[in-house]
Amino acid sequence: MTHRMTFRGAAVPAEPGQSVGAALVAAGILDWRTTRRAGRPRGLFCGIGVCFDCLITIDGVPDRRACLVPAADGMRLGDSPQDHLAEDGSARDSRDASQGGGRGEDA
Amino acid sequence: MARTHDVAVVGAGPAGLAAAVEAAEAGLDVALVDGAAQPGGQYWRHYDERHARPDDRDGHHGWPVFTGLRERLRAERSAGRVRYLPGRQVYLVTRDEAGAFTLRTTASLGEPEADAAGEVTARTLILCTGGYDRQLPVPGWDLPGVMTAGGVQALLKGHRVLAGRRAVVAGTGPFLLPVATGLARAGASVEAVAEANGTLGWLRDPVGAASVPGKAVEAAQYAALMARHRIPYRTRTVVTRILGQDRVEAVRISRVDRDGRPAGPVKEIAADLVALGWGFTPSLELALMLGADTRKDVDGSLVVAVDGFQRSSVEGVYVAGEATGVGGAVLATQEGRLSALALARSLGRPAVPGRMGRLRAAIGRGRRFAAAMHRTYAVPSAWTEWLEERTLVCRCEEVSYGDLRRAHDDLGAHDPRTLKMLARPGMGWCQGRVCGFATAGIAACLNRRETTAEDLRPLSTRSLAAPVTLGELAALDRSRDAQDDQ
Ligand SMILES: Cc1cc2nc3c(=O)[nH]c(=O)nc-3n(C[C@H](O)[C@H](O)[C@H](O)COP(=O)(O)OP(=O)(O)OC[C@H]3O[C@@H](n4cnc5c(N)ncnc54)[C@H](O)[C@@H]3O)c2cc1C
Ligand code: FES
Repeated sequence: MTHRMTFRGAAVPAEPGQSVGAALVAAGILDWRTTRRAGRPRGLFCGIGVCFDCLITIDGVPDRRACLVPAADGMRLGDSPQDHLAEDGSARDSRDASQGGGRGEDA
Repeated sequence: MARTHDVAVVGAGPAGLAAAVEAAEAGLDVALVDGAAQPGGQYWRHYDERHARPDDRDGHHGWPVFTGLRERLRAERSAGRVRYLPGRQVYLVTRDEAGAFTLRTTASLGEPEADAAGEVTARTLILCTGGYDRQLPVPGWDLPGVMTAGGVQALLKGHRVLAGRRAVVAGTGPFLLPVATGLARAGASVEAVAEANGTLGWLRDPVGAASVPGKAVEAAQYAALMARHRIPYRTRTVVTRILGQDRVEAVRISRVDRDGRPAGPVKEIAADLVALGWGFTPSLELALMLGADTRKDVDGSLVVAVDGFQRSSVEGVYVAGEATGVGGAVLATQEGRLSALALARSLGRPAVPGRMGRLRAAIGRGRRFAAAMHRTYAVPSAWTEWLEERTLVCRCEEVSYGDLRRAHDDLGAHDPRTLKMLARPGMGWCQGRVCGFATAGIAACLNRRETTAEDLRPLSTRSLAAPVTLGELAALDRSRDAQDDQ
């Protein structure tokens, strides 16, 4: 059975076994965040969890690697945690910018 | 916390699978930790087995070798000789006074969590951590629609997804061919393969071609596939610029001379996918964390130095596969087996006479062949001439080539370490995995000299091998004090 996810409110299907990132690309969505400085769009680059270009908010949890996380039915992709706090349910075009420096790595 | 194993194998790619199976069959108590959800590593990456289709194995070389290893792994697991921990990334390795290693792991696929259940202790280690695509920046490489060649392959093999419809595959090395033919078979139109080097030089290399004759056959098969799919193979050609507003729209390719200097007419090709690959470069974080010696390999990448039995400079730490130098899956498998046999012998297990000798001879031939390939498909020495001031080098921290030049010219950053401190390349999320090789090359080039191992080391060292949550770090502190109670 095909999973049904949403990306900023729009429907995105996924075959069981695909990653979130693969499903987005298959749906023609190539980018889902913008960079902190230049605001440039980013999506998949390395495809295997190395580059962190593909960070995305999934069900309110920010900074997940889209290329690694398996797609699941009902997943909400690309909304920032703030959207969930606001609980207005509408998918604003909020971009989850990467927080530079790997978690705990720069400290 | 669980028992102390005889050996912990990190990585379940060709090298790690072979090592784990061989070690268990020799009577050792094995833990096998792997970041991926299912075994196979990069080479045998395949679709989620719970939803397998027969055609998932199309384009897979040596598939029976894989299924054989997987069967043996199953048998050893049910016999209780292998504890297999998939989906866990080792982010820290420590060693206690008694010499035992502790591996701290974090869930690599699901929700990040804080738990000590993923902790593994072992008397010895076999590190089979493989590597990732080696990248050189080029103007426009940060546009969506540009991916690593391996990533494009991973999407196809692991997720049945075609990353684009009109593709250009570029860089250097034999790996560009399976990527191009894989895309074509899946229905993409491959507009060109741009190979920076003159091709087939390794066939003329007296040492290389004679070492592994089967490789010439493989090359011929790919040539036939390229012809069948009518994929233009352009040698001494590089992508000098990727064009597009918010995604890839076209690429500019140019003929180059032996050093990679643009030397011929420029051609523009419409494309929505660009797959870039300049060979592979090893994952060294765990080996470096343990203080293992490294060296610069023939291909210019930093690799772990090992002896003829896959032993690193650190007592009890063996390394096999891509991490000791890029050489393909067959060689990785052989090295994995040898490391396990050598370790078993050192732990007093009886050895089958002649087996290790034959393996070592095969590995010697494989290494000679790999060296010939590296000489043929070298990174062009003048590659930095494709860069423009605004070209991003570090994608994470958005550090441009101009930023690096200014840090060098105005601030006196003459070595990679200082360059990293002042301009911050390699200081973001990926910790220099993507830009490390290029930054070292740029630093050397700005100083008009060749890259050395000393240039590469500061860009390969990371305090943790994977990002972890604060919760996990806190748990780490607690478990350091906690009693080992099992
Ligand atoms: C994206 C990609 C795709 C590739 N596709 C092909 C291909 O189609 N054909 C081909 O000939 N070659 C391919 N290669 C080259 C390939 O890597 C090698 O030929 C071969 O897979 C090397 O085997 P290995 O066992 O050394 O490493 P790998 O196969 O890379 O296996 C290493 C394993 O270690 C795991 N690992 C690494 N670090 C950790 C850690 N800290 N904690 C836990 N686990 C860890 C990884 O998750 C991985 O499963 C590809 C390489 C890449 C990077
Ligand atoms: S695409 Fe590189 S980490 Fe996900």
